[in-house]
Amino acid sequence: MPEPYTVVIGLEVHVQLLTESKLFCGCSTRFGSAPNTQTCPVCIGMPGSLPVMNRRAVELALRTAVALNCEIPHFTKWDRKNYYYPDLPKGYQISQYDLPLSRDGWLEIMVSPLPSGEGPGVRADVLEEGPHPNPLRAPTEGWSGEGTSSTKRIGIIRAHLEEDAGKSMHDEAAGKGDSRIDLNRTGTPLLEIVSQPDLRSPEEAKTYLTELKLLLNYLGVSDCNMQEGSLRVDANVNLHINVAEKGTAPEKGIVPLLLRGQSPFPAAEGIIATPIVEVKNMNSFRAVERALAYEAQRQYREYQETGRKLGEAPKSTRGWDEASQTTRLQRSKEESSDYRYFPDPDLAPVIVTEEEIEQIRADLGELPAALRTRLEQTYGITPYDSDVLVNQGRPLVDYYIELAEACGDGKLASNWVQQSVLRTLNERQIGIAQFPVRPAALAELLSVVKSGKLETVRARDVLQAMLETGKSAAEAMQALGIVEVDDAAVEALCRELLDANPKIVAEVQAGKEKGVGMLIGQAKRKNPNLNAARFRETCLKLIQGMN
Amino acid sequence: MMTTLIHQSAAELLGLLNAGQATSAELTRAYLARIDAVDGKVRAFLRVDPSAALARAEEIDARRKSDKPLGRLAGLPVAVKDLLCTTGEPTTCASRMLENFRPPYDATVVQRLKAADAVLIGRTNMDEFAMGGSNENSAFFPTRNPWDTTRIPGGSSGGAAACVAARMAPLSVGSDTGGSIRCPAALCGVSGLKPTYGRVSRYGLVAFASSLDQIGPLAGSAEDCALLLEVLAGHDPKDSTSVDRPVPDYSRTVTEPLKNLRIGWVREHFGEGLDAEVEKAVREAIRGYQSQGATVKELSLPHGKYAVATYYIIAPCEASSNLARYDGVHFGHRTDEKAMVAELEAQRKDLHQRGDQKALDDLDNALIRMYRRSRAEGFGPEVKRRIMLGTYALSAGYYDAYYKKALQVRRLIRRDFDEAFKEVDLIVGPVTPSPAYKIGEKIGNPLEMYLYDLYTVSTNLAGIAGMSIPCGLSSTGLPIGLHLQAPPFEEDRLLRGAAMFQQATDWHTRQPEI
Ligand SMILES: [Zn+2]
Repeated sequence: MPEPYTVVIGLEVHVQLLTESKLFCGCSTRFGSAPNTQTCPVCIGMPGSLPVMNRRAVELALRTAVALNCEIPHFTKWDRKNYYYPDLPKGYQISQYDLPLSRDGWLEIMVSPLPSGEGPGVRADVLEEGPHPNPLRAPTEGWSGEGTSSTKRIGIIRAHLEEDAGKSMHDEAAGKGDSRIDLNRTGTPLLEIVSQPDLRSPEEAKTYLTELKLLLNYLGVSDCNMQEGSLRVDANVNLHINVAEKGTAPEKGIVPLLLRGQSPFPAAEGIIATPIVEVKNMNSFRAVERALAYEAQRQYREYQETGRKLGEAPKSTRGWDEASQTTRLQRSKEESSDYRYFPDPDLAPVIVTEEEIEQIRADLGELPAALRTRLEQTYGITPYDSDVLVNQGRPLVDYYIELAEACGDGKLASNWVQQSVLRTLNERQIGIAQFPVRPAALAELLSVVKSGKLETVRARDVLQAMLETGKSAAEAMQALGIVEVDDAAVEALCRELLDANPKIVAEVQAGKEKGVGMLIGQAKRKNPNLNAARFRETCLKLIQGMN
Repeated sequence: MMTTLIHQSAAELLGLLNAGQATSAELTRAYLARIDAVDGKVRAFLRVDPSAALARAEEIDARRKSDKPLGRLAGLPVAVKDLLCTTGEPTTCASRMLENFRPPYDATVVQRLKAADAVLIGRTNMDEFAMGGSNENSAFFPTRNPWDTTRIPGGSSGGAAACVAARMAPLSVGSDTGGSIRCPAALCGVSGLKPTYGRVSRYGLVAFASSLDQIGPLAGSAEDCALLLEVLAGHDPKDSTSVDRPVPDYSRTVTEPLKNLRIGWVREHFGEGLDAEVEKAVREAIRGYQSQGATVKELSLPHGKYAVATYYIIAPCEASSNLARYDGVHFGHRTDEKAMVAELEAQRKDLHQRGDQKALDDLDNALIRMYRRSRAEGFGPEVKRRIMLGTYALSAGYYDAYYKKALQVRRLIRRDFDEAFKEVDLIVGPVTPSPAYKIGEKIGNPLEMYLYDLYTVSTNLAGIAGMSIPCGLSSTGLPIGLHLQAPPFEEDRLLRGAAMFQQATDWHTRQPEI
């Protein structure tokens, strides 16, 4: 039975931008160097040092914001976020507060229109959702598309730039309780992308992250490597529990608190919202999905035990623990999180002109959503196929397009890329650029397949030979002894086998045509170059002639 | 020879050096001897390194001898306020907090001074982190006014002004956030200029209030200020707030009088609270300009009355953030950790025995205790006061009422000046409400001290240029300063206006007997 609640999720994604140098100094952003070797007076906050903005970081941030359909204000500024922590040497982080460089955008994701009924919080149909604050955005239930998947727009509240902090390494094992601090990362440009709480299930959250990562990949703004911390995800999650249905709690119509970073979805009559929990420490998209699923169940359990609603408990922070597959409380005390934001007097505001925005828009290139549509329309492939291809990144799509153009059959090309090419890439752990058979060579092989002169199974052997020897399709076929079997030879083989198998002939005559199939294996052993379809066709014709 | 050398102007000394009539080593020795003789009474310097200064002077002399190219100030001793980072040398800001801080880099102005072949003769005392107007806030010792050593030299660049007044250096570099160059210049009877915000790079200046701080010269005359400003000023890509404009040859034009000069005096600056002798001297100075052909106009700066309040919101807000880095982790004094941890353990044990769970829950963790203790020990009372003021004003719920409002008033103050400068070329008035007061006289009354900045803070809030030059002596023999203000990037006009006055008077040549 489905749970009587909806999970409401908003994600805060921190993406490290692919700049050579840090946001406010010339230090390298390279990952993995010896601790504290990529620092200078500016990024370690040395007294007297001053920041100088990295224009490239702003360009990459704007590029992302435009691709996320955000509004780009012409005036944006830098603010100081003041707090004390050992990995923050200045005692403040340079960020953007009330005038971020972008706001009010959206990202379209593919979702399953109907909940599977499995797992917690997949019921999007429980709630009658209130009017959305931004009428321009498609509402959650605004499904479009048909068949098994459709699209949904996830709102982006804002995307802003900020500098990263350093890394604390707590050496508790040594028993001394000392901490070590590496400031190589300090000052690295981060783009914080804050979504609306529009996500309604852990699966949707994962889909959103996958699509966002793909977009960033296509834009070339980040390598999105979660292991190296260049993509980090925090989630804000709570439940909207339908109390009208179950009568678990009598209270009605609560007024949600407005919290920074998340505008809680307004809960409707008969719906109770649980306190918002921020979940951190998730090191993969899979971890995000699991942590959210766990958290939904935990919050429901907690609500049943305590009856606590949004506004009755402070926002708490929980960390995902991979080992136990649970979330653990990190902070719950009403700690003052007064960051005393104010405009950084060391930096000039940033002015973005309409021309610059238009230039960025013009230079965006084709983004995943548009590319999928083009592939479907131009090459006649299914949304599923276009999704698989596009999700592999632009270089593979380019390979596919070249192949499809050269062999003149988009579907065939799609099948071969998805099966043979991708499998080889996986096996060899290489990228498409290192794939030895270029599209023109593969197209030559596919043309033979398309003409019906070569079976798929044999064609795979040919490709394998091409991969191993670097030969062309024709050369590889020759080397494998693949020659076309002429009509007379096919007929002779048919007669030979029919004569030897009168029972099968009788079955076919009685209407059981599939009996011929049993002969194909024998025929192939006698002549591997035989085309099974032609053999079958010829056999049936001969049996017919026997009547 | 020595005594005559130290009584000459920097411009004259440069002439002697260039003519081969004196060497930098002789000069440096003369000033070091003077420091030796009188700094015990004045205490303008926090540190002097005679052998390093002499070595540098000799090196410059050697280059001069072999006709190698030399910088603009080649061989001239220059004193530096102890808040400009200098590679490998202590830069303390007169604070316990930075007692052991040795920057690994040079401030841009220090680099420029080194490139100009100046002999950096010593580091001058100041109010801690440049917060104060009397030099009593130095964590080490107060500097004394060379005209009367029972009195303050003004601040925060008190050491910078006093060393010039007592002839311990011909040129001196200070910084001015709300009057910190002009106030001590006035009280010590020297010339001091606060340039337009953005004229001089702040890179390497340990920040007090980033949107107000500006580095500038102090010297015996406008002419010498022009010489030093020429070296200090200029665009710096390392400071985003420095402005990319060419630097005029101030020292070449400084002696040219301003023709058809229009000066204005501000009605509100001659009201209650202004010492009668100061008013008399300033009015006399205005008449002096008149007799040189200037026209005089009475002006109003209607928002000036909010300047002190505005300043004491903006400056502490920025300071509270700028000084957050001194927490004992990366920078600044760190408390004795062993003692701290032991104390914390004892507290915990005691609370545990008494079963006071609430107090136990509220007990600092070691990190928080380290922050608290380090900052409590490292900062002096005035710095703490301003950090608290700023922290409060920036807190959630107060930002709009204080900081945001202050920024709005700040724009109005600037607009007042823009309007005024449509009608006059220079605004003239008092620098301080009275001559130097006694050490200790106002220490218990911070508000009274803040009001002492009344005439100078608007210049910083508006980001324009201002200067103090001597214009008289009180009946008790204390210097009185004349305040000149000019529109942004009109330092040339300011210097020529000041030099004009100094050509007609001799106040700037008066020297204290010490
Ligand atoms: Zn750096």
